Amino acid sequence: MKTERGQALPVLVVCLVLVVVWYLACIPMNAVVAQARIDAAGGGLYATLTESWNHTRPVIPAPHQIVVELWNTVFMIAPWKVKSLLYHCWVTLSSTLLGFVLGTLLGIGLAILIVHSKLLSKALMPWIIASQTIPILAIAPMIIVVLGAIGFTGLLPKALISTYLCFFPVAIGMVKGLMSPDVIHRDLMRTYNASAGETLWKLRLPASVPYLFTSLKIAIAIALTGAIVGELPTGAIAGIGARLLVGSYNGLTMMIWSALVAGSAMAALLVWLVGHVERKTLARMGVRT
Amino acid sequence: MKGLRDLLAPALLGVIMIVAWEVACRAIPIPQVLLPAPSVIAAKIGGEVPLLAYDFFKTVLQAVIPGWIIGCSAGLAVALLCDRFDFLRRGLLPLGNFFSVLPLVGVAPIMVMWFGTGVAPNIAVVVIMTFFPMLVNAIAGLQASSHLERDLMRSYNASWAQALTSLRLPAAMPFIFNALKINSTLAMIGAIVAEFFGTRIAGMGFRMQTGFGSMSLDLVWAEIAVAALTGSIFYALLVLAERAVTFWHPSYRT
Repeated sequence: MKTERGQALPVLVVCLVLVVVWYLACIPMNAVVAQARIDAAGGGLYATLTESWNHTRPVIPAPHQIVVELWNTVFMIAPWKVKSLLYHCWVTLSSTLLGFVLGTLLGIGLAILIVHSKLLSKALMPWIIASQTIPILAIAPMIIVVLGAIGFTGLLPKALISTYLCFFPVAIGMVKGLMSPDVIHRDLMRTYNASAGETLWKLRLPASVPYLFTSLKIAIAIALTGAIVGELPTGAIAGIGARLLVGSYNGLTMMIWSALVAGSAMAALLVWLVGHVERKTLARMGVRT
Repeated sequence: MKGLRDLLAPALLGVIMIVAWEVACRAIPIPQVLLPAPSVIAAKIGGEVPLLAYDFFKTVLQAVIPGWIIGCSAGLAVALLCDRFDFLRRGLLPLGNFFSVLPLVGVAPIMVMWFGTGVAPNIAVVVIMTFFPMLVNAIAGLQASSHLERDLMRSYNASWAQALTSLRLPAAMPFIFNALKINSTLAMIGAIVAEFFGTRIAGMGFRMQTGFGSMSLDLVWAEIAVAALTGSIFYALLVLAERAVTFWHPSYRT
């Protein structure tokens, strides 16, 4: 993410406003569950605030409650225990990364095929686009269970959902990228008598790197979403998605919110990581941005 | 003639895939419960038209479309505010970028908790999922016009609203349509996933879940087919609208 000059202050102000609105919203929204306690404590402003912001099963938890919950589940429990949030993050992260790698390879492979064969490009492209209008994410849980019934269990089925979601932006971006070298450069390769493979390796692939990274940032974010939704079927016992479902069925508000925050933090971290590798790689390649 | 050939290649590939699926289902004894053959699914679709239509009404017409319209309009409205007040844009754009990469389907259980039963939580999930892509794209689109064109507007002494309607909004249209297309898929996903958490007793997501519970996979696949078809038609309509609105864009000029 490029930071513009003079962005820090506006972002800070907007965030501050959001937090204040959040705290204020807690009062009327938690009234349903907290009103009885407020009255018991004798009413008044102080009782209203402390009860609305510290209820154990709130309709909407106050920000500091989420921070405390995160602290307790991340730092106060050993990471290999089931109660630790880090353990669930790892479960989700591992299938995200596997799916991301598979999807990227598939996307690049498809793009190379499409660039080299006009017939394949005509036959495949409409289906690649159509494949994305299917709400695959919505049927992901079913696919997991079907694969589980045939004996595919564990990491791979979840990763396949991520793969399916990932390959699309990579394929589209890479087709654009592999086509991006100018005609004059391709002609130069021809005068060198370069084979299609050599042209690919020495001209097309290097030229496509900036496009690849742009796609990868989108791909990793949706790979994570895919992994989380893939964990939603009732059989799942671990992962961010499973925490959401368990929290939802048992009315454990804090569990849902902390899982959501953990998922968001992972998304931000992964996108930042890809962006970081992008900057390093492009700098090494001498691409000016 | 060329247009026909462009249609023929993908159509042929599609037919080959469906035939291969059918043959595979008959040749290898895959249990019907797991992967029904296309002919079985087609028969199910034919036999369950009223049920499928009812679920379509419950999910698409009651949740997807209203949520998509509300989410997109809200995103556009906030983007216009950002365009008017630069301070807001500089504050919201990084946050919008951040939020649009988040796994926002995860808010579904919270929405169910807040809005209870009925269609409201499903609409809310769709609104939240579609808001940020529209915000980010529309802000980018509203900045897409060049300095030269904006200076021309200034030399005409055009007001903010006039410059908006005659220059910046039309220039933003390709970006806005991009968001509308992304959101059409997201809206379908949001509405169906929200039904997994919710307590609705009809709808495509609900039917898939119960169909799965009772091992009637042909019904699940019938719903998937309807969802895929709906998604494709939704997308195709947007592409047609885009062509009509942004006919001036280089990618449509011949």
